[in-house]
Amino acid sequence: MIRMQAVGLRYPGRDGPEVLRDLDAFVPAGGFRWLLGPSGAGKTSLLRLLYLAVRPSRGRLDLLGTEIGAADRAALALLRRRIGVVFQDFRLLDHLTAFDNVALPLRIAGRPEGQIRADVTEMLRWVGLHSRRNVHPPALSGGEQQRVAIARAVINRPSLLLADEPTGNLDDAQAERLMQLLKELNRLGTTVVVATHNAALVARHPAPALELEAGQLVAGGGAADGGRRADRGQRVDG
Amino acid sequence: MAEPRRRWLRPRGADDLGLRRALADRALPLLVASMTFLAALSAAGFVAASAIARHWQEGAAASLTVLVPRPGEPAAEPGRTRRDAALAVLGGSPALAEFRALADTELADLLRPWLGADAERMSLPLPAVIAVRLAHGAGERGADLDALAARLEAAAPGALLERQDVWARRLAVLARSLQACAGVVLLLVGAVAAALVAVATRAGLAARREAIEIVHLLGATDAYIAAGFARRVTWLAGLGGTAGAITALPILLALGLLALPFLRRDIAAASDPAALAGAVPPLLWLVLPALAAAAAAIGWLTAQATVRAWLRGLP
Repeated sequence: MIRMQAVGLRYPGRDGPEVLRDLDAFVPAGGFRWLLGPSGAGKTSLLRLLYLAVRPSRGRLDLLGTEIGAADRAALALLRRRIGVVFQDFRLLDHLTAFDNVALPLRIAGRPEGQIRADVTEMLRWVGLHSRRNVHPPALSGGEQQRVAIARAVINRPSLLLADEPTGNLDDAQAERLMQLLKELNRLGTTVVVATHNAALVARHPAPALELEAGQLVAGGGAADGGRRADRGQRVDG
Repeated sequence: MAEPRRRWLRPRGADDLGLRRALADRALPLLVASMTFLAALSAAGFVAASAIARHWQEGAAASLTVLVPRPGEPAAEPGRTRRDAALAVLGGSPALAEFRALADTELADLLRPWLGADAERMSLPLPAVIAVRLAHGAGERGADLDALAARLEAAAPGALLERQDVWARRLAVLARSLQACAGVVLLLVGAVAAALVAVATRAGLAARREAIEIVHLLGATDAYIAAGFARRVTWLAGLGGTAGAITALPILLALGLLALPFLRRDIAAASDPAALAGAVPPLLWLVLPALAAAAAAIGWLTAQATVRAWLRGLP
């Protein structure tokens, strides 16, 4: 569940206008949203808000039932474990193998090593990287790195999955496979927000969209106090 | 499937942050080793100063000499010689551990270097000499000795109390000042070591900023990240501390052997086999491992504080 009420974001120490202004939006639990808009519209900033890399400078943001402005650091850390993120530049740790990169969220959460091994092995099989599990990211292709990033994002069965241009490095077949994966997770109840420029992809998988322009939502916010709408209509079709 | 066994045994929170390359693994132990070496020398100074102060308190400051001129003449009190009267006064004083009048032959032995072998035949009017050992702590109570001198003067007018407590007290004050200096040096060395660790940790934070941000975004708590740094820094600082303490040991042994004859009369020379064992005061055998442990503790505390303060910059 994502709820924004009059949310604004100005990066600390930087003067000038807010990067995000007066955002009002509601995405129900289990919803799917495209996040659209031209470069510089604030898509990445909005995602940074949603994966708690920054706190809103004004307004109220509720994520998965927690009011971000009122939460302390420890609570935010626990909340981040319920949010999976596929970064545009993957942000893998080069000194760790593919296996250890995928295992990282579980280790941070303090899971037992035996369970970690089983889960990560299964996840790497699922994304087709089991044979590459002991390879470090610099030796992986772009597409392989992206699959590691996706595996890492979903290994903890997140309640909220955010993806920033996740198909940027993939060919059409791989992009389609990724979409099937995201839709499958969405079907299992994960709230999914995908930022993309790929109009063809959006056209193939129609779903409600949050549209940003110059830091403001121009479409798709829905009423911030929209309550519980029927989830079915919010999910991605196709 | 022959997965390496270490996967199963992988310690929790092993080097997820890639600190093995980010934290100066040569410079930090080397610097901490130097600091520990300096600390060991000042600790040795501290221990030595206290040993010397104690030695003076128990030795020089605790002994004095009473001279009674014309010892054979009758004292004011009837039926006693002046020597007996003085001894009676000393016997009634609780501040004395023991006292003993030197026999005439002992006096002659003392005078022989100056007067030659025939001193006894010269019938010199020699005073009675009484060697006195003060009870523990009495040397510091000057008032007791003043009262004792007054009573001696009353019992045997002209009797002299030769006191060494004044200069011994001054030496003790000097020793305590040296001790204080050594203590200040120890504290300073600790502070400098903490500053070094803080600088090294900040450098590590800067080098691994990207990894820390990623781990932070994956839900790591401040404690998790700080523990990763603290583990590594504690290991490096403990390594340096141990090396520094071991390096200091032979030098302390050598210094201890040089100081030994001043502190222990039963061991005459450094070549004595008993000397090596006793050269380093027992306290130092505890201090050296304690310094290595302190280096590790300073590393842990400083790394924790530095990393947690830095992490406050992240939401």
